[in-house]
Amino acid sequence: MGKTLSEKIWADHVVRSAAGEPDLLYIDLHLIHEVTSPQAFDGLRLAGRKVRRPDLTIATEDHNTPTLNIDKPIADPVSKLQIDTLRNNAKEFGIRIHSLGDIDQGIVHVVGPQLGITQPGMTIVCGDSHTSTHGAFGALAFGIGTSQVEHVLATQTLPQSKPKTMAINVDGTLKPGVTSKDIILAIIAQIGTGGGQGYVLEYRGSAIRALSMEARMTICNMSIEAGARAGLIAPDEKTFEYLKSKPHAPQGADWDAAVEYWKTLNSDADARFDHEITLKAENISPFITWGTNPGQGAPLDGKVPNPADIADVEDRGAAERALEYMGLTAGTPFKEIAIDTVFLGSCTNGRIEDLRSAAQILKGQKIAPKLRMLVVPGSARVRLQAEAEGLDKVFLDFGAEWRQAGCSMCLGMNPDQLTAGERSASTSNRNFEGRQGKGGRTHLVSPLVAAATAIRGTLSSPADLN
Amino acid sequence: MEKFISHTGTVLPLRRTNVDTDQIIPAVYLKRVTKSGFEDGLFSAWRNDPEFVMNKPEHKGATILVAGADFGTGSSREHAVWALQNYGFKVVLSSRFADIFRGNSQKAGLLTVIIPQEKIEVLWAAVEVNPSLEVSVDLDAKNVRFADEVIGFEIDDYTRWRLMEGLDDIGLTLKNIADVDAFEEKRPSFKPQTLPARS
Repeated sequence: MGKTLSEKIWADHVVRSAAGEPDLLYIDLHLIHEVTSPQAFDGLRLAGRKVRRPDLTIATEDHNTPTLNIDKPIADPVSKLQIDTLRNNAKEFGIRIHSLGDIDQGIVHVVGPQLGITQPGMTIVCGDSHTSTHGAFGALAFGIGTSQVEHVLATQTLPQSKPKTMAINVDGTLKPGVTSKDIILAIIAQIGTGGGQGYVLEYRGSAIRALSMEARMTICNMSIEAGARAGLIAPDEKTFEYLKSKPHAPQGADWDAAVEYWKTLNSDADARFDHEITLKAENISPFITWGTNPGQGAPLDGKVPNPADIADVEDRGAAERALEYMGLTAGTPFKEIAIDTVFLGSCTNGRIEDLRSAAQILKGQKIAPKLRMLVVPGSARVRLQAEAEGLDKVFLDFGAEWRQAGCSMCLGMNPDQLTAGERSASTSNRNFEGRQGKGGRTHLVSPLVAAATAIRGTLSSPADLN
Repeated sequence: MEKFISHTGTVLPLRRTNVDTDQIIPAVYLKRVTKSGFEDGLFSAWRNDPEFVMNKPEHKGATILVAGADFGTGSSREHAVWALQNYGFKVVLSSRFADIFRGNSQKAGLLTVIIPQEKIEVLWAAVEVNPSLEVSVDLDAKNVRFADEVIGFEIDDYTRWRLMEGLDDIGLTLKNIADVDAFEEKRPSFKPQTLPARS
């Protein structure tokens, strides 16, 4: 019997396998940021341990960093301490770091791919659940906790139990105005926030193959919202083409050897998945969330659901609580929901293609009265690229704010937050209670829906602008 | 890490599903660079409500959290485990845990136990009738006991052994570091390195 892509990458990284123990996996790349690493470095110091492979480790500042006045000292002393701690740790342990103000600074999952250190067939970890993003390159990439960060720093390995595999087939052609964000929101609504638990999801089918690398990253990014360990897409010519010009792409003979290996990275025709689901691309339309977990989503054309119609007792209770928190009434058409803030950014949708697609809708338009829109590029390089293309002017002329790179309002750890009761349409990945600020209400949307919403002031798709 | 053999205590019944790690500890509390002091942020948004179960005097001192399905979804922040431990919890019971949270709890020595949802319901009901009900969670015998109930649970032998011995994962891996050396000898040269930096 053949192997799935996930099983192939796994097999290529097993350092040690013993009965009754989890496999010991080698880690090809360890990404670090300020929030989940300080206690890990402390642990190393206490035990008198070193970082085994600084040359397979890289740090960036993103979660906690301000997106305004980055040339001035960070105002919040607790945030400043955390950033300073990362800088000191990087220096002490000899780790490459891209600090605020550096051209390669940005959200850790945007920086890896743009440097070309995210490559097919790798194992990649980071103390951040959205590490699944890197799966778009056919890498086995997953989020870890701080104890595991310390483990990888010390040993460049992780003990892991083998995941199950699930194939998610998306066949056919997407309708205009439908993006990879809508695909993943539709998948999560179908399988639920626990549906992927224990699995690595492999996204397959003609609709996935047709997506750009950046659109693929959006899908893999949100695998964790379905509870999955990781998400994967087999590499193809698009992947190789994307990587070829990147700074850390293999050179010369190494490139040829790498491509030869990468071409073997797909699930064999006779491979068996533990579970399989299929979606038709034609049936997917612009999708939004109405509740407080990413599984509580529906097509934008619909209405706020009535919890009484939900058969499962637990789901019904969760829906009742969600509507109360979100301040929504069953039966309200989604397109009548007024929005206060639009957030365009994050590791889900903060790349150049996301900014381009939104700018195309916003060009020549004016922002809805009383609405605020934050545009936060995923990295400093994305910001510079956007400025080179004049996108910053489009956003500013429209009435949006053009900020510096970082995680920003996706998790509201820096000053970019919603206030209590404020409602956002956000291109980020989580609509949890208080995620974007205490009492804030989040609707997850694609960049296209974000742009149309900023124009009309209520949840909208570009089709509603005609 | 402290050894975990068994624990007896009272229960905090949390009748909610999909308790994500942003609820357990919101991002604004994650700026500390230590592993202690996170109890202030535990369920901080919900604790503003005087009716929230954790604020009820009869549940003061509870050390066993019993929650709905899909506990610990979302962010990988291990701070969620520390916040629960800093507050005084030793065990969390649910019918389903998110993978990363469960992994983190097992590294940090917070026991996460899976029992069927119908047993969670029985336990919730029993605690709501008698908040001082004593519940024992026995990792050695792999069961949860209260009143006349004995509920068995599954946990893989390796994790159970590690928790019962209080063993540190890194120490265990370092015993086999020769295997890592041997693996590194065979890594292909095309694998990327972050140093020297290219930009």
